[in-house]
Amino acid sequence: MTNSINEVLNSDVIFVTGSNTTVGHPVIGAKIRQAKQNGARIIVAEPRRIDLAFDADLFLQITPGTNVALYNGMMNVIIAEGLENTEYIAARTEKIEDLVACLADFTPEKAAEICGVSAEDIRKAARLYAKAAKAAIFYSMGVTQHTTGTEGVMTLSNLALLCGNIGIESGGINPLRGQNNVQGACDMGGLPGDLPGYQKVANPQVLEKFEKAWGVKLNDKPGLTLCEIVHNAGHGDIKFLYIMGENPMISDPDLHHVEEALKNTEFLVVQDIFLTETAQLADVVLPAASFAEKDGTFSNTERRVQRVRKAIEPIGKSKADWVILMELMNKLGYAKTYANPAEIFAEISSVTPSYAGINYDRLEQGSIQWPCPNVDHPGTMYLHKAAIARGKGLFRPTEYKPSNEPTDAEYPFILTTGRVLYHYHTRSMTGKVEGLNNLSPESFIEINPLTADKLGLKDGAKVSVSSRRGEIVTSARVSRNIKEGVLFMPFHFAEGAANVLTNPALDPISKIPEYKVCAVNIEAFDEVSDYA
Amino acid sequence: MITVKIDGRAVEIPKGSAVIDAAKKAGITIPTLCYFDLQGKITGLNSSCRVCLVEVAGRKNLAPACSTPAMDGMDILTSTDRVIAARKIMLELMLSDHAQDCLTCEKAGNCKLQDLCFEYGIKESRYAGMMNSLPLDESNEFYTRNMNKCVNCRRCVNTCSAFQCTEAIDFAGRGFSARVATPFEEDVRDSVCVSCGNCVSVCPVGALQSKSKEKFRTWDVTKTKTTCSYCGVGCEMNLLVKNGNKVVGVEPSNGDANNNLLCVKGKYGYNFINHPDRLKTPLIRKDGKLVEASWDEAYNLIAEKVTKTKAEFGPEALAGLTSARVTNEENYLFQKLVRTGFGTNNVDHCARL
Ligand code: SF4
Ligand code: SF4
Repeated sequence: MTNSINEVLNSDVIFVTGSNTTVGHPVIGAKIRQAKQNGARIIVAEPRRIDLAFDADLFLQITPGTNVALYNGMMNVIIAEGLENTEYIAARTEKIEDLVACLADFTPEKAAEICGVSAEDIRKAARLYAKAAKAAIFYSMGVTQHTTGTEGVMTLSNLALLCGNIGIESGGINPLRGQNNVQGACDMGGLPGDLPGYQKVANPQVLEKFEKAWGVKLNDKPGLTLCEIVHNAGHGDIKFLYIMGENPMISDPDLHHVEEALKNTEFLVVQDIFLTETAQLADVVLPAASFAEKDGTFSNTERRVQRVRKAIEPIGKSKADWVILMELMNKLGYAKTYANPAEIFAEISSVTPSYAGINYDRLEQGSIQWPCPNVDHPGTMYLHKAAIARGKGLFRPTEYKPSNEPTDAEYPFILTTGRVLYHYHTRSMTGKVEGLNNLSPESFIEINPLTADKLGLKDGAKVSVSSRRGEIVTSARVSRNIKEGVLFMPFHFAEGAANVLTNPALDPISKIPEYKVCAVNIEAFDEVSDYA
Repeated sequence: MITVKIDGRAVEIPKGSAVIDAAKKAGITIPTLCYFDLQGKITGLNSSCRVCLVEVAGRKNLAPACSTPAMDGMDILTSTDRVIAARKIMLELMLSDHAQDCLTCEKAGNCKLQDLCFEYGIKESRYAGMMNSLPLDESNEFYTRNMNKCVNCRRCVNTCSAFQCTEAIDFAGRGFSARVATPFEEDVRDSVCVSCGNCVSVCPVGALQSKSKEKFRTWDVTKTKTTCSYCGVGCEMNLLVKNGNKVVGVEPSNGDANNNLLCVKGKYGYNFINHPDRLKTPLIRKDGKLVEASWDEAYNLIAEKVTKTKAEFGPEALAGLTSARVTNEENYLFQKLVRTGFGTNNVDHCARL
């Protein structure tokens, strides 16, 4: 997030798009509603009538995969009506002319046709957003999990720059990170091309610095991304794969392909707290301690570094992940030992400029938001205060491109995926909590009453859903919150798993798969023929 | 700034502060029950329990300290006989319509009413009379509502409507029969309640209580402050631990991201920690089956395979997937292990998913 969670309480307009906030990030959802009580106006653009849509001043029920068209349509209106922040644009941005040229004839009428909403609503949204002194954008996987996800993010950034919303309090573009420590995993160099602090493997100076700090020769070739790793594993090119704390068997698109890939890997190590679907395929399973059994830090979605503290001893013979990794490193001949996570953190601070001023003593007094370059620095509430990080904010206009997999006669419906409040990711934790299972016991597919009617499907009916990649059985949940021709499934469940159906096509830059749109067919489940 | 005198001590405070803020500044504790300083928003909204009554020179009536604005030159007395007598009456009135089952009540030890009665030496109420008899609502998966123990402090209603903003509950009825209820008094399970438990966390008495698989006394548990391990909001919380080895509950703490709020997963999704299915020992695949092994066996096997794969196919044949679920320190070590131990940059995590 460029800004901080609590800044939302003073925003004038909040634009929520591609995020079912009260479900995915419930406490931020509550704060957005508090902001409404403080007088903020809310715009929601989502394929489903999510809870926040009922709080919204304006709700645009867009067709999945049409984000870029909507944002571009809004910007066309803003430019046409002269609502942009000319002073800000002149002082802090570059290449506005490219944007103006790109959007010149992308009228709200054109956008409306693509998005399946009215042109008038696009105009209203544009005016509402542009006229606010402080407007914040909140988005999540609904923007990024598309083959055009990077373009979605860039378009939102254009929109925010156009109205002078970057670098101000209570404004900004605020991606909500899904998992508790995604931010930290990226910050710490859990990326093929980046060492800790987003320092590039490809930069010889960076490599030299780390070689010196770690005392070993490092490989200068950027590595493979997750999807490439899985792909190569499938083709037998990855012989040894070590997976810590993840369950790609459920979370990856096109599950069948993942299963094959993991089975094809000669040697698979899985380190987790439960025997997950992925761990069941492993050659060695290492039992890890849960977050309650160890010390450490998480970095939340607003770059806030917070302490994790040990409440109980590791269960059974399990060990904290950091202990396992250290012992294994030692086994492989790398002699460095750490007495506790505080010592690891000290090493992190010494090689990561954005974490340089953070240490356990300071964290004992309270959390700190990076960047925090030195121990006297208070941390950073919102980014780009003095100037945009790269100098001036660059407009990067992009045109709308349709999703990778259009619907056709065989697969006439659009399937989009997401979360439910009561489960988390692949349910490896929430699935062990009785009350949560009672509240959300199984997979389902949300379907509009008119679509259901045409297919003769009743609420609760068993249905089979198929895509070019596979077929699953689940039950229909008839709901007015989704529009005709669009279906929604939560991705948490192993039985009736949505990701058997999803499209593994990747965004070429971010390499994020297109979970949010694929073409499917749905029909009543026929026990006889399907079991035959 | 204005100056007020409180129990003879002069204090300077900003204009617009309440009497209770002046007392805090002067280091004087005024007892409270409904008063709740949640992000400064609920403060003084309630003034429903009247336990914080104080005497203000020149005023006929006693004033609730939580919601009476401090005025320049005000002369406040916080523990005169008249004040104490009034507080006792308020407590006895509450107690007159409150089940006195402290022996078995799970809230005992952490109950504001119990503590205040202890402080003021109240054993029983002089005002025996009618008592509410409302049905227990145990329909929610995670908490019980026993409105017979409710002291009408409004904390839960304010929390649900002004902080959680779900607006599942409000007051119904008037006077003696005023009670917290869902619309049409249906079971809370059938209301819009999202089971966040934020109302439970603020209830000062035993009216709203979490269901726990494990019975425990409040003094039997230790608290450890940590950060929720589910989503990216990063709510801070206390884990309640019994016998040093079992997590039996969670309460929100005032973190910078969550300000005392949690969602259902953070508040009630903790049973996985002590779940019997937790992996307790390393496993190695032998003849197609995963069997128990020692750490040394597991480490040796992994080290052997790393070395062999590297020698035979080069470091690019190895890869690691780190996790958005573990700590920064662990992510750091994981990528370090892959880059130094495996000799490749083939490391990524599942955040893209
Ligand atoms: S659990 Fe949450 S939503 Fe339900 S009544 Fe309490 S505060 Fe409201
Ligand atoms: S309590 Fe809920 S909102 Fe807060 S971090 Fe945990 S899962 Fe996220």
